[in-house]
Amino acid sequence: MSYQFDFYSVLDYAEVLQQGILMTIRLTVIGAGAGVALGIFGAWARTQGPAWLKPIVSAYVEVIRNTPFLVQLFFIFFGLPGIGVQITELHAAMLAMVINLGAYSTEIIRAGVAATARGQIEAGLSLSMTHLQVFRHIILRPALQKVWPALSSQIVIVMLGSSVCSQIAVEELSFAANFIQSRNFRAFEAYFVSTLIYLAMAILLRQLLRYIGQRFVVQRRTAVSTRAVAILSGGQA
Amino acid sequence: MIGFSLWDILRNLLLALRWTVALSLLSFLLGGTLGMALLFMGNARSRLLRKLIRVYIEVFQGTPLLMQLFLVFFGLALFGMEVPAWLAASLALTFWSASFLAEIWRGCVASIVSGQWEASACLAMSHFQQMRYIILPQALRIAIAPTVGFGVQIIKATAVTSIIGFIELSKAGTIITNATFEPFTVFGLVGLIYFLLCWPLSKYSQFLERKCNVAHRH
Amino acid sequence: MSLIAIENVKKSYGSNLVLNGINLEIDAGEVIAIIGKSGSGKSTLLRCINGLETIDEGIISVGDVLLGRSERELRALRLRVGMIFQQFNLFSHLSVGQNVMIAPVIVKGVKQQTVRELAQQNLARVGLAEKFDSYPDQLSGGQQQRVAIARALSMQPQALLCDEITSALDPELVNEVLSVVRKLATEGMTLVMVTHEMRFAREVCDRVVFMHQGKVHEIGAPEEFFTNPKSPELQQFLGMACV
Repeated sequence: MSYQFDFYSVLDYAEVLQQGILMTIRLTVIGAGAGVALGIFGAWARTQGPAWLKPIVSAYVEVIRNTPFLVQLFFIFFGLPGIGVQITELHAAMLAMVINLGAYSTEIIRAGVAATARGQIEAGLSLSMTHLQVFRHIILRPALQKVWPALSSQIVIVMLGSSVCSQIAVEELSFAANFIQSRNFRAFEAYFVSTLIYLAMAILLRQLLRYIGQRFVVQRRTAVSTRAVAILSGGQA
Repeated sequence: MIGFSLWDILRNLLLALRWTVALSLLSFLLGGTLGMALLFMGNARSRLLRKLIRVYIEVFQGTPLLMQLFLVFFGLALFGMEVPAWLAASLALTFWSASFLAEIWRGCVASIVSGQWEASACLAMSHFQQMRYIILPQALRIAIAPTVGFGVQIIKATAVTSIIGFIELSKAGTIITNATFEPFTVFGLVGLIYFLLCWPLSKYSQFLERKCNVAHRH
Repeated sequence: MSLIAIENVKKSYGSNLVLNGINLEIDAGEVIAIIGKSGSGKSTLLRCINGLETIDEGIISVGDVLLGRSERELRALRLRVGMIFQQFNLFSHLSVGQNVMIAPVIVKGVKQQTVRELAQQNLARVGLAEKFDSYPDQLSGGQQQRVAIARALSMQPQALLCDEITSALDPELVNEVLSVVRKLATEGMTLVMVTHEMRFAREVCDRVVFMHQGKVHEIGAPEEFFTNPKSPELQQFLGMACV
C-alpha cells in the first residue's frame, strides 16, 4: 500500500496553528512567571518560614512531584466543580501549571538557597538585617544564579507538558493539531507538523531563558568585568 | 441511578493499576536496553553516528510525550495495521525513556575522573576493557540513584497513554468518573494511588543518592 | 561607664564548656586584643557579643542595649556593634559600592543619594575610593577585607569586633589592613580584636586579654603583658622560658 503524505493540507490551517502557538506561549509565560514566584516563596518557607508552614509546603512538594500532571489537571478541572468550585478550562490549566512548576521550582531553588555560604548570612545579620532581608538581598540572587540551568530545564518541561491541557479543551497547539486532523483526516501530518513546532519552541525557549539568565540574574555592570569575561572566553577584547 | 461505594471505585482503580505497573516495567526494561545502546553509540568513532544520537536525544527530550505517542500511534496505522493502544504506548515510552536514560548515564560516565581513563590506558587496556572493568562499574554505582529517580518519571508518564485509550489507572479514573459523577473522589483516589506508588521510589532514590555521596568522599 | 560589659558569661557546646564565666568591661575608645590558643573560646566570645552565638548564662550589653534573644533585640544590638570576619564575607553578587551601601539603605532606610556619598567617604577612609564599581572577585584579599571594614563602618557602629581579620591574608597584604585598623584606633573607634598579630597588639592596643580554657586568664596593658607575663600558661603561649 502506498500512503501519500500531504503536508500542505495541514498548512492550510496555518491560522489554527498560530492560535494554538499563541495559547501555548500564554500558558507558558503565566505558568513560568507565577510558578517560579511560587517556588521562591516555597524555598523561603522551607528554609526560613514559620514552623507550622514547613510541613504544609513539604507535603505540597511531595504530592505534586509524585503524581502525574494529567491527574493534577483533571483533579482541578473536574474535581473542583464536584465540590462546588466553578472554574473555566483556561484557568484550570493555568492553575495546574503554576501549582506543578511551583513544587518543582521550590525544590530546585531550595537547593540553591541551602548552598549559600554561612559567612554571607552572618555578614548580613551582623549588619543588623532581618532574616527576610538577608533572604531577599543576599541569598536569593546567588541562589537563582546557581540553579538557573536546572530551573530553565524545568520551565521547558512545563511548556512541553502543556500539550496535555488539550484534553480539557484548552485551545493550545495540541488541540489545534487534534482539530486539524479531525477536519482533513491527515493525523500523522498534523501531529508531525505540530511536533516540529514544539521542537522549535523548546529550542527558542531555552535560548530565551539563557539570555534572561545572563541579562537579569547574573547582573554585572562594569565595563572591566564584561571585557574580562570576553577575554577569558576567547573572544576579542 | 446506581450507587457506587467507595470500595467499588477503589477496586476498579486497583485493577487498572496492574496495567500501569506492567507498562512502567516494560518501558523501563526496553527503554533501558535501548538507552544503553544509545550510550555506546554516542561514543562511536563515526562523527555522523554521534551526531544522529544527539539529534535523537534532542528530539525526544524537546517534544511533548503526547505528540510522540500520537505519532507512533498514527504512524504505525499508516502501514495499514490496527494498532492496539498498548503497543503504541510501549513503543513511544520506550523511545522516550531511552533518550533520558542515555543522557543520565552519559553524565555518570562523564563524571568518572579522567585519571581513571588514563590509568587504565597506561595498563594497555582496550576501550572496551576500560569500559567493562574500570569505568562502567564505577559509573553504575553513581547511576543507580538517578535511574531509580527516573523510574518515578516513567510511572507518571504512563498517565499520558490514557489519551490514546490505553486502559491504565488514569483512564480508569476517567471512565469511573463518567459512571459515578464523583470526580473529586475518583481523581483524588487516582492521585493517592500514584502517590503511594511513586513516593517510596522517590525516597529510595534520595536514600541511594545520600549513600553514594558518602561513599564518594574518599 | 563602660561601652561593652560582659558579666559572668557561660556557654557550652554539648558537654564542652567553651566559655566558663567571662567578665570583661571595655570602655569607649579602647582597643582590646584577645589572644589565646585555638579552642580557648576567643572567637566564640566575640561572636556572642553580637549574638551570632547564644549564651547560656550571663549578661552582655553594648551601650544601653542588653543582649536579648529575640530577632528585634539582636538587631538593635547589631546597630551598635559591627563585625569583620576572617573570610571577609563580601556579597559576591554586589559591587564594592553596593556592598557598602546595602545595609544603610535597607536597614535604616537612608536615602540613596546620602548613602552613596557616605559610602564613597568610607571607601576613601580605607583607601579604596576608586574601586567603587568593582566586584569583590576582582580585588585582592587585603582589598576585600578593607571593603569589609568600610561596609561595617557604613552603619556607624560604636564598636567593631574583628575576628582574626588578617589570618586569611597573604603576609604582604596584612599590613594594608592593619594600617586601616590603626587609623580607626587613633580616630577613637572602640575595637575588640581576636588576633595572632602580637606585634600589632603590642603597638596599638590599650589592653590585651589572654584567654585559656574558657576563662580570662590574664589581662593587662601591652608593655607589662608581653614583657612580664605572670601566669605560666601565658608564658608558655608567648613562647618564653619559665622565669
